[in-house]
Amino acid sequence: MTQALLEAESAPAQRMDLLRFATAGSVDDGKSTLIGRLLYDTKSIFADQLDAVEAVSAARGDEYTNLALLTDGLRAEREQGITIDVAYRYFATPRRKFIIADTPGHIQYTRNMVTGASTADLALILVDARKGLVEQSRRHAFLTSLLRVPHLVLCVNKMDLVDWDKSVYDKIADEFTSFAAKLEITDLTIIPVSALNGDNIASRSENSPWYEGSSLLHHLEHVHIASDRNLVDVRFPVQYVIRPQSTTVTDYRGYAGQVASGVLKPGDEVMVLPSGLTSTIAGIDTADGPVAEAFPPMSVTVKLSDEIDISRGDLICRPNNAPAVAQDIEAMICWMDESAPLRVGAKYTIKHTTRTARTVIRGLQYRLDVNTLHRDDSAGDLKLNEIGRVKLRTTVPLLADEYRRNRTTGGFILIDEGTNRTVGAGMIIEAQ
Amino acid sequence: MSQPKPYRVSHLDALEAESIFVMREVMAEFERPVLLFSGGKDSIVMLRLAEKAFAPARIPFAVMHVDTGHNFPEVLDYRDSRVATLGLNLVVASVQEAIDAGLVRELPDGTRNRIQTPVLLAAVEKYRFDALFGGARRDEEKARAKERMFSFRDEFGQWDPKNQRPELWALYNGKHHPGESIRVFPLSNWTELDVWHYIAREKIPLPSIYYAHDREVVERDGMFYAVNEFIRLRDGETSQVRRVRYRTVGDASQTAAVLSDADTVETVIAEVAATRITERGATRGDDKVSEAAMEDRKREGYF
Ligand SMILES: Nc1nc2c(ncn2[C@@H]2O[C@H](COP(=O)(O)OP(=O)(O)O)[C@@H](O)[C@H]2O)c(=O)[nH]1
Ligand SMILES: [Mg+2]
Repeated sequence: MTQALLEAESAPAQRMDLLRFATAGSVDDGKSTLIGRLLYDTKSIFADQLDAVEAVSAARGDEYTNLALLTDGLRAEREQGITIDVAYRYFATPRRKFIIADTPGHIQYTRNMVTGASTADLALILVDARKGLVEQSRRHAFLTSLLRVPHLVLCVNKMDLVDWDKSVYDKIADEFTSFAAKLEITDLTIIPVSALNGDNIASRSENSPWYEGSSLLHHLEHVHIASDRNLVDVRFPVQYVIRPQSTTVTDYRGYAGQVASGVLKPGDEVMVLPSGLTSTIAGIDTADGPVAEAFPPMSVTVKLSDEIDISRGDLICRPNNAPAVAQDIEAMICWMDESAPLRVGAKYTIKHTTRTARTVIRGLQYRLDVNTLHRDDSAGDLKLNEIGRVKLRTTVPLLADEYRRNRTTGGFILIDEGTNRTVGAGMIIEAQ
Repeated sequence: MSQPKPYRVSHLDALEAESIFVMREVMAEFERPVLLFSGGKDSIVMLRLAEKAFAPARIPFAVMHVDTGHNFPEVLDYRDSRVATLGLNLVVASVQEAIDAGLVRELPDGTRNRIQTPVLLAAVEKYRFDALFGGARRDEEKARAKERMFSFRDEFGQWDPKNQRPELWALYNGKHHPGESIRVFPLSNWTELDVWHYIAREKIPLPSIYYAHDREVVERDGMFYAVNEFIRLRDGETSQVRRVRYRTVGDASQTAAVLSDADTVETVIAEVAATRITERGATRGDDKVSEAAMEDRKREGYF
């Protein structure tokens, strides 16, 4: 057993926090190998999983144990040697628990990466040192910024195949840094690695004396994510009203939800939207008792001192800091449906925080080429994996912020009213 | 120096908050949710989360046990006492009754894991449940790693892994037509170790078979099965008394114990952290059948 694991076992679970990251790379850049490495080096692969993978590898005539089989779980994936869908993997070190959203590169790439990135604290992009930046690397960086993933790591992989040549690394790093600067990417870290040999993955490698940064795992363990949360704008979407029908608890009325942003305290003056009525927080309950403060991502129950009519879909904020109450929305939309494109004039169900309404597409301003960032304003629709700037009008007001300011109150999904499928993901640019 | 970091949440707090959010979403958006309660540790943790999600109100939905008839008595006792304490409405979907009524047929090998599925689906239809909470975790099994938090099932209860709804942010799409339903997995992002850390933190009592005890067992294919009314010695087999515990609780005729001295939650955590074999790999005869055993069962409507 490794030292890390011994510590993980004895460390109080209370001290660990949680980091979610999404991985992206073109086919054969070494994504599966890298994930396999991280899992292997943190002892997160189990013997029976390895046995199964070895058996399947041998049966297929693979030359080496194909760690990709660990993540490719569906029959069709194993048969076709491809990854179909986002897979979630888990590992932990004494400092952190990690959730990896492993998004496949080949099919429906944009849809999968947008899905994985929507909840990620960090995006990890791979490039092959021999090939340098390719069109897909730029697309991955763009999607990371579009989804406002706060941290980005670029792994320049297969450094062993370029003899750990610093100038190869420097050229890729410089090119990527200047591209990222155009994308409002605030935190970028670039690491030279060999996923196959484990260099700079769990510990720093002697093959890169010129590299002064930390290993990938060290970076993942230490990257500062606490301040990514918005603790300024109080946003509490009401999910469910708790009103016990019981003889022991009488007159209880609490508004249950998860804090989207900001810090709520008993005694705070608050405003309820869309009504605009004000009250004060009488108390904040959890099943373990009342708390003095609630902040993201806590799930709590808020009680107010006045009896006002509040239901699911309403939002609690501060009177001097409120989201827009808006029926006209402009947003970037990523289209996710293969059966029909997004069309101007079409109507969809929209789900935004805990509020569900109907919406009509009023206009498509442009379609964005995710490789060149060119805007095509003659576009008439958005097909699967296409992204565009869209105007919508909703049947009831949304309580919305710009996505760049708030990923929870700024994001929405569109649902097809006939098939009930999730067909689009939206990021609000403007709400009025 | 050692100032507490402001507004810190541990990974267990974050997982708990996410699971509670998911349960409240379901209660708000569905008409007839039900929680699948087997008396296994994952469903026990799920039940605790349901208590927390709706406190101080009672858990606002029924629980359902798909009863294979192949039970560990300790687990049935536990189930009944939890249900009584929490004042829950328990629906038992009995595989034995379904066999007696001719709705399903006993398999030649006598195992009942697979024939649970039609019994589950019949109960869903009978009670018109539209959302079913299950305790499955994505770390359990490869097919499960691709499962959504809200997993759509058609009117035959089938899962179509290639045709799943993308799941973005915390915006879960529970829309469905009458007759269709959604399986909801609030513990999707929990690992076996997270579940045990949570059991320790919350001091949640478990059926005694999860802790080390002496038991008469027979070794088959490297696994230790309890000798009881469901598992009898075959010719040439001998039984032995070993110190064991269960890592999972399923059909008693197919679930094996592991050799263990861990008789407290702390020692179980140390054991789980150090183990090199997944819980299903260590204890489930039913998953060993093929590479895609779980995927196939899930497609048919299994949990
Ligand atoms: N030499 C070398 N080969 C690598 C490295 N990382 C991955 N590979 C190889 O590149 C090929 C593709 O890797 P894989 O992980 O399947 O790529 P994916 O398509 O991005 O998941 C495999 O043959 C790997 O062994 C590396 O760091 N060095
Ligand atoms: Mg791969």
